[in-house]
Amino acid sequence: MTAGSSPAAARAGISGQAISAANAEGRAALIGYLPVGYPSVAGSLDALVALCGTPEAPGVDLVEIGLPYSDPVMDGPVIQRAGTRALARGVHTRDVFAAVEAVRATGTPAVVMTYWNLVDRYGVDAFARDLARAGGAGLITPDLIPDEAAEWLAASDTYGLDRVFLVSPSSSDERLVSTTAACRGWVYATSVMGVTGTRSQAPSAAPRLVERLRALSPDLLVGVGLGVSGGDQAADVGRYADAVIVGSAFLKPMLAAEEAGDPGDLTGLRAVVADLAAGVRRA
Amino acid sequence: MGHVNRPQLPDASGHFDIFGGRFVPEALIAALSQLETEFETAMGDPEFWSELDALRRDYSGRPTPLTEAPRFSALCGNAHVLLKREDLNHTGSHKINNVLGQALLTRRMGKTRIIAETGAGQHGVAAATAAALLGLECRVYMGKVDTDRQALNVARMQLLGAEVIAVESGSQTLKDAMNEAMRDWVATVDTTHYLIGTVAGPHPFPAMVREFQRVISTEIAEQVTGRYGRLPDVIAACVGGGSNAMGSFADFIDHPEVQLYGFEAGGEGVETGHHAAAIVGGSVGVLHGMRTNILQDADGQTLESHSISAGLDYPGVGPEHAWLAATGRAHYEAVTDAEAMEAFQVLTRTEGIMPAIESAHAVAGVMRLGRRLAESDPQARPLIVVCVSGRGDKDVDTAIAYFGLTGRPDASTGGLS
Repeated sequence: MTAGSSPAAARAGISGQAISAANAEGRAALIGYLPVGYPSVAGSLDALVALCGTPEAPGVDLVEIGLPYSDPVMDGPVIQRAGTRALARGVHTRDVFAAVEAVRATGTPAVVMTYWNLVDRYGVDAFARDLARAGGAGLITPDLIPDEAAEWLAASDTYGLDRVFLVSPSSSDERLVSTTAACRGWVYATSVMGVTGTRSQAPSAAPRLVERLRALSPDLLVGVGLGVSGGDQAADVGRYADAVIVGSAFLKPMLAAEEAGDPGDLTGLRAVVADLAAGVRRA
Repeated sequence: MGHVNRPQLPDASGHFDIFGGRFVPEALIAALSQLETEFETAMGDPEFWSELDALRRDYSGRPTPLTEAPRFSALCGNAHVLLKREDLNHTGSHKINNVLGQALLTRRMGKTRIIAETGAGQHGVAAATAAALLGLECRVYMGKVDTDRQALNVARMQLLGAEVIAVESGSQTLKDAMNEAMRDWVATVDTTHYLIGTVAGPHPFPAMVREFQRVISTEIAEQVTGRYGRLPDVIAACVGGGSNAMGSFADFIDHPEVQLYGFEAGGEGVETGHHAAAIVGGSVGVLHGMRTNILQDADGQTLESHSISAGLDYPGVGPEHAWLAATGRAHYEAVTDAEAMEAFQVLTRTEGIMPAIESAHAVAGVMRLGRRLAESDPQARPLIVVCVSGRGDKDVDTAIAYFGLTGRPDASTGGLS
């Protein structure tokens, strides 16, 4: 906890404060995911910056930068496809820090999302140090549960980073309590049982999960992800969640741009950003 | 029959010292906890064991024989080699031991569907068999590269009523089949059990699969003691994920006088980088829900493994093997494709037993080990048991290509003398 901050502010960390700022406007925050390295390392930095919007056209409130991994068990086909291409094109762990710096330069905070072996291999303390040095807010860990996270709990305390763990509709009350207790910033509620990817139906298990989280951990912000594809769904989720997390829907126009022969064309991406940013504002 | 004997490791959180654990999405924790509870209850339930023991005896054909191998032994220094014949199980390998246990657990949990990953197809065939036996729905994930080189086993699974999915992501082999099965499981966990085929994955799989494979070592101990009045000097087995090896080692781990040897797939040679030897040529990391030895690059991205044997072509290894290696309790060596294929040929021609190419790695390892032991102590006559984990029928296509056979009644000797 930094001097002078309240316990609630300390719990909200850096990324939670970005969510709270959106909530103060009477709306849910929009969290946008894109992987570093797709369509290329340089191209991904442009896309990540595009997520942040412009003074005229609002973008996401918090950027989630994915670091591609060879065996991404939580990723659906869209994110896998981009990740596989990013790896084939030579993305490295260190590139994520450059991506964090690029996003930070826009004024929008950034968290990193990646599978644990990449952090473990880099060195947990070294990763935390370099992430903090680049201006990153924290880390989302899809395959690390707090039970296995002793080293990360210590390193995130040392460097003042947020740690966002996942909860699921199948999580017991006991696990919701222990997992949220380990979070700083917010908790990532997976809305459906399944991997990432857009779904035509609004996630049905999510409202109940958020309700349980409100009862068991009233002071922690909740982001809901997995399956949000457009502005209307974002509006739906934004009615009960503090933040709406979107990934595959941002990647689809980028993959389409590459198919069309112009991977650097961000027009489609900007349109999706505008649609979703408007969605959370009409919730 | 030793069923109440609770092992000390893994600890309550599923760790073998630093290895093992649960590096999985939270969405799977409830299912893993349910499985752990169901498994522990079943382990103490005489009715469960009586049903499993009956299936082992009357369905699978256990106990499997321990076969003398005098002509083969003559090529192994002064060693007296015995073959543990897991190849004689129903479906042709040790995989059925684990599958029957987990299929019964699936039914106890009230689930109606199983999914499985498979490399060579042996585990997929065993899983499809158990599904047919118990009336469960079954889907098997198999890398596209493996469906191409193991077409016979794909057809066997389909004949048994299983749906086979060719996985085209990543390297299109066993590791990617596991990823895809894991993704299926995250979405279907209410009705589906993920029937992992080896002593790998998140807790409780490594411990559970070991317990279902333990019967191999229990029988070896009884058979060797009954015949020779003592325990064997060496137990040898091939190691991919490591289930037949864990089953062969289990009852002997607390008998330090019995040496344990695991033989990993050395592919074109560990020094070439084209291999699947996670212990001999890998490093500690996290993959498929466990901390263990894996093949990875400087960033921690999983490297593709290489082996002529689809069943050993996996860039990780069960965490208990990583622990046994780290503590020095078991010894691990790599056997190349060429050594394994030579041993495949040698055992077939000396004993009339055609091992799976997976098992041929252990056979090759025993030839090397027997000769080495004879050099270090010419007087000793070590008693070595090697686990022939599966039969080689499925590998005939690979052998035809490797030895240059024509499959026609011509003068071809296929490179054989």
